[in-house]
Amino acid sequence: MASTEIARQAGEGARAVPLAGHVGFDSMPDQLVNKSVNHGFCFNILCVGETGLGKSTLMDTLFNTKFEGEPTQHNQPGVTLKSNTYELQESNVRLKLTVVNTVGFGDQINKEDSYKSIVEFIDAQFEAYLQEELKIKRTLHSYHDTRIHACLYFIAPTGHSLKSLDLVTMKKLDSKVNIIPIVAKSDAISKSELAKFKIKITSELVSNGVQIYQFPTDDESVAEINSTMNSHLPFAVVGSTEEVKIGNKMVKARQYPWGTVQVENENHCDFVKLREMLIRVNMEDLREQTHTRHYELYRRCKLEEMGFKDTDPDSKPFSLQETYEAKRNEFMGELQKKEEEMRQMFVQRVKEKEAELKEAEKELHEKFDRLKKLHQDEKKKVEDKKKSLDDELNMFKQKKTAAELLHNQAQQAGGSTTLKRDKERKNV
Amino acid sequence: MRKSCCCKHKQAHLALWSCVANVPSHPQPSLSHSNMSESAKPHHLTPQGKGEKTHGSDFSYVGIDAILEQMRRKAMKQGFELNIMVVGQSGLGKSTLMNTLFKSKVSRKSVQPNPEERIPKTIEIKSISHDIEEKGVRMKLTVIDTPGFGDQINNENCWQPIMKFINDQYEAYLQEEVNINRKKRIPDSRVHCCIYFIPPTGHCLRPLDVEFMRRLSKVVNIVPVIAKADTLTLEERDDFKETIREELRANGIDVYPQKEFDEDADDRKINDKIREMIPFAVVGSDQEYQVNGKKILGRKTKWGTIEVENIAHCEFAYLRDLLIRTHMENIKDITGSIHYETYRVRRLNESNGHFVSRWGLSRRGELA
Repeated sequence: MASTEIARQAGEGARAVPLAGHVGFDSMPDQLVNKSVNHGFCFNILCVGETGLGKSTLMDTLFNTKFEGEPTQHNQPGVTLKSNTYELQESNVRLKLTVVNTVGFGDQINKEDSYKSIVEFIDAQFEAYLQEELKIKRTLHSYHDTRIHACLYFIAPTGHSLKSLDLVTMKKLDSKVNIIPIVAKSDAISKSELAKFKIKITSELVSNGVQIYQFPTDDESVAEINSTMNSHLPFAVVGSTEEVKIGNKMVKARQYPWGTVQVENENHCDFVKLREMLIRVNMEDLREQTHTRHYELYRRCKLEEMGFKDTDPDSKPFSLQETYEAKRNEFMGELQKKEEEMRQMFVQRVKEKEAELKEAEKELHEKFDRLKKLHQDEKKKVEDKKKSLDDELNMFKQKKTAAELLHNQAQQAGGSTTLKRDKERKNV
Repeated sequence: MRKSCCCKHKQAHLALWSCVANVPSHPQPSLSHSNMSESAKPHHLTPQGKGEKTHGSDFSYVGIDAILEQMRRKAMKQGFELNIMVVGQSGLGKSTLMNTLFKSKVSRKSVQPNPEERIPKTIEIKSISHDIEEKGVRMKLTVIDTPGFGDQINNENCWQPIMKFINDQYEAYLQEEVNINRKKRIPDSRVHCCIYFIPPTGHCLRPLDVEFMRRLSKVVNIVPVIAKADTLTLEERDDFKETIREELRANGIDVYPQKEFDEDADDRKINDKIREMIPFAVVGSDQEYQVNGKKILGRKTKWGTIEVENIAHCEFAYLRDLLIRTHMENIKDITGSIHYETYRVRRLNESNGHFVSRWGLSRRGELA
């Protein structure tokens, strides 16, 4: 029998070894990329903003397609979230894009609970992923990831400052999702006002401790462009799907009597910057941040809530088995207690019902007795009456026979007189 | 999922492996396969300049495919990990082959020079890590050696320490994954690929080989190779390979690339070609000689020089291409998503796993 002797020299002792020739693993990134291309990508954007800020139009403009047919109905009482999934393809990349819109945000009179449905939605996506990850037989490879990767927060172009609804909502969302604030319909603000507006917004966000998504600056190839863009936040955008002829080209623009606002002109608005940052430079980073930061935070909170710990007070790591055993016993105990309670309640109810029924039975018996007695009384009365009637009848009969006897005697004694009487009676 | 048409990488693979069909078993002018680093390069990212579009008149270009470049950048920054295990009797050239594959001294012998070559009394498992870099791509390569395997007189259960080691790596990964506070990138020490060395007897597989491969093909990707193939003539080699393939089939041993994990028709075509060629007959060498004015790796004997990277001489190039240049990602993928998941399912099921699913269900009830 062979036994084991394991000698490990990995990890910290990894030596750097020079290669004497071309090995060929520099094709690894290509293999990885091609695997992902075959698998397809998915990206989920959440658009939060008040009604009429141009959320749907901006999505159409960003991805160059007409997404929805008609604008959504705004007659729901609370804030609802509508999500639509689209399959886009560009060259060999397939993207499953999900756009989630908030319907009715900011429409209510009392807006205290507006953010709740949004937070619930985001949590529900995390929960679905967590459930899939915790399953025994799981298929993470082909799982459709619905976690929100980016949240575009639309700020109304008032020109003054952030509304309190915006502050509250952003504060609630900043630990759950990557927030990118944008100033919507920014062709309503002049350039100077816009600069002041942006400064005011940024300072308000900082003073309230709202953490918006910062474009990553650790990778040298994109650090420069990202840091310049970071200073342009929040982006002031204009969205349009209509095309206007400028010079000899058709461009996306909004036409006014006093001029035309070109969407893709950097002097007019920051749309190009937004598209650049959101899609062309940082899409992968947004997905990664969602997975490694926001999702992990959610997972940690959820598991700790459930009572799972990594180490117990003696800082010995809990083994999987022990934790599950403890949880299981607890659960079984609870179950038993509940069962007991239910049994008790059941017994109680049965007793009550029995007592009730007994009462009713007793009543019925009494009633029966009473009726019987009544019946007997009546019967007796009737019999009494009958007896008295019989007595009367007898007396009457006696009187009748006595009278008849008398009559017969009288007849015999004065037979003629009766005849005379009869004749007289006849003549009269 | 529907496949889109232009998949240059797959087509390049196909081209690479279809050259195989043209090499008959008789000596022919050599085809050199040294530099086959094809790459499907997506277009480069150009940060937008002032306003106007950079793609000519294509103003409907959104830029979704820039994500490929982003992924590539991220991958280059993170680096890659690869863990290879070599299993076989001593003297079959395992360490030399590792050195040849990675063109550097990565084997155990190079790291710890033993004063005397001893065969260990028991199976030891020695794993050594190296950081290698090529053209900006960093890789942490871990070579796991198993000296003592198959060397005893009684080799019963000699696969057990190896299986235990592999399962321990899965266990470590599982533990880290289940943690509440877990690392951003879970360190991957799982064995991705196990190269099994078959001695070049020329007859058939030994019972030890069959037994080992049968057990381990269920937990790890096995790539069988015929070691020291320069002792077989080409006809003997083909016969031997045919016998081995037959025996593998008869015993139900699924070696890499496994038939059931082929994703689509393209994959199946490429993998079928590979399956027709396994086990690869390899020769390893880390010494260079001059042949026709070029310095190449080879073995010099009195009757000639065997060139390691010449596919007319031996099939080392195919092994290297399979492991490193074309299928490395696929190997890691299968390890992670199939072997590891199988282990995880088994493990969670045996330790009151049914409670976990019930726990999940009851939580869903709580949340709803």
